[in-house]
Amino acid sequence: MLSAINLYKTYVLGENIVHALDGVSLEIEEGEMVAIRGPSGSGKSTLMNILGCLDRPTSGRYVLAGEDVSSMSNNALAEVRNRKIGFVFQTFNLLPRMSAAENVELPLLYGGAASSRKKALEALEVVGLADRSHHLPNQLSGGQKQRVAIARAIVTDPAIILADEPTGALDTKTGEDILEEFKTLNRTGRTVILVTHDLKVAAHCPREIYLRDGKITLSEERVIALSAGN
Amino acid sequence: MLFWTIIKSAFQSLWANKLRSILAMLGIIIGVGAVIAMVAMGSGAQAQITARFTAMGTNLLFVRPAQRGTGGVISGTQQNLMVDDAKAIATLPEVTAVSPVVNGAVQAKYMNRNNRTQVNGVSMPYFEMRNFELTKGRFFTDIEAEGMARVAILGPNVANTLFSGEEPIGATIKLNNINFKVIGVIKSKGDQGWSNPDDQALIPYSTAMKILFGQTYLREIDITVGDTSKMAALSGQPANANGFGPPPMAGRGGTLHTVAPPANSVTSLLRKRHRLNDLSTPDDFQVQNMAELLANVSASVMTFRLLLGGIAAISLLVGGIGIMNIMLVTVTERTREIGTRKAIGAKGRDIMMQFLIEAMVMSALGGAIGAAWGVGLAKGIVLIPIFKDFATLVEPWVVIGSILVSGLVGIFSGLYPAYRASQLDPIEALRYE
Repeated sequence: MLSAINLYKTYVLGENIVHALDGVSLEIEEGEMVAIRGPSGSGKSTLMNILGCLDRPTSGRYVLAGEDVSSMSNNALAEVRNRKIGFVFQTFNLLPRMSAAENVELPLLYGGAASSRKKALEALEVVGLADRSHHLPNQLSGGQKQRVAIARAIVTDPAIILADEPTGALDTKTGEDILEEFKTLNRTGRTVILVTHDLKVAAHCPREIYLRDGKITLSEERVIALSAGN
Repeated sequence: MLFWTIIKSAFQSLWANKLRSILAMLGIIIGVGAVIAMVAMGSGAQAQITARFTAMGTNLLFVRPAQRGTGGVISGTQQNLMVDDAKAIATLPEVTAVSPVVNGAVQAKYMNRNNRTQVNGVSMPYFEMRNFELTKGRFFTDIEAEGMARVAILGPNVANTLFSGEEPIGATIKLNNINFKVIGVIKSKGDQGWSNPDDQALIPYSTAMKILFGQTYLREIDITVGDTSKMAALSGQPANANGFGPPPMAGRGGTLHTVAPPANSVTSLLRKRHRLNDLSTPDDFQVQNMAELLANVSASVMTFRLLLGGIAAISLLVGGIGIMNIMLVTVTERTREIGTRKAIGAKGRDIMMQFLIEAMVMSALGGAIGAAWGVGLAKGIVLIPIFKDFATLVEPWVVIGSILVSGLVGIFSGLYPAYRASQLDPIEALRYE
């Protein structure tokens, strides 16, 4: 689904040159569920921004669903984000004055799609919140907000779901529910990438990529018993 | 992005922050409302002037001294009209009546009350020329007009101030300490704005000239013409595109003739009497008809309206700055939201369009509210007793134009904030607290 080849991202801060990413290469197949883990300063946010087409690498190539997006223009990147990437954020980032359905619909409107309301309601159905489609975010619990965010992420049928600490603002139980949601999506064939520093969250993913100081130090597959408890 | 979704979203934003939105729109609301109310008063005054002038009749000519200087450069008013000029004009064929006119300000006193008042010294025909009607008493006679009689006819405001309920007819008042007998009170005509005919006293011209003011010259000579088709010939002024007489705004100096004015016209008569024998010497007087007088006064009203336009422009500018301010705050406040929108696929121009439309909605709405209260004020002001004579005329195009211009102001004042929003880096924006 995606392949990153020798990604470098360097910043110049005053007299120092910072290598946020120091030669990162990885490949993720369609239908995988991968955790990208690492401590603060490891470059995982930088990697996530590049994988999510919010940023461009200083050098290296990034091919997403067959398209080389390494040096696309801002407008072109916006289109890729719209069609191919579904973001889920730690702080949900729902628009406060719009209903759940309107929030979920938004990516479709930016992409110029038709019958957007219908697709939005279908996405809400998938996450089990069709009956709350007209509620405003402040009328929803944390878990419900994150589900709406997930519905928004899948509404354009993207190539990858990119989740940045999706359980960070939720209590343990709700966090578990959300991770289940991601696993359900993955079982239906979606490619899910979770970016987290939390070992327990990463443990839910069959594959983990571990970053330290801008490099991948570990990329291992685990065998996880796919029972109801996990 | 669907246009209507953005409009709806814009209204949602405004509604969510009602107080802030109203404060932002306040500049435009006040500005547009005030402009509409004032323009309505200007239009009303214009219409009223036109109606009153037209009601006065199209068979009047007015002779005034010319101002010194020509070609648009005025250096002073001349004094050269004499009573004998008026008497001579009265002998011309086609002239049915003539009234000399002098004026000045006096202190009018009765008992312990006084009033600063305009006094017009006139003769009998003046009352009919200017459509004066009596509520009490009588006009003065020709003998009184010629004979320096100390009689006065009061406007209703003067009568009320000096007599407030007592019977004015027959009473003796003092004008600049000279005794006058009140013989009549005229009906109210309402404040014209530039002059108030209710606040005057009318006395015989001979009295005004010789006893009250010590003037030898007349301010003007009013002439009634029998046959309006002969007006041009009687006037003797050269024709211009609009009718006859020199163009009203051309310096108001006397006319420079290229051919000799017709015999038996006011112009040729006065030129002879004033010894202007050489054709190269311009008239030292003006002969104007009603249309030209109307144009002169309308010109002042037009200046007033242009001034209003200037004020409108400034107030809309201020309003626009208010909108821009608030939009900048809004953009900063919604940085996170802008980051999210970009993350899910909004392009720079989508964001720019969104905030531009929000600014436009805010200012157009402000314009609409301003128009509503402006129209309300214009129509309602006559209900306040002091303003009951105010004429106001609300023209639809002024209202529509104001709202459209407000919308335009919104676009311009929203440009910078919208541009800033569109240039936000999504990563930074998403990190914003």
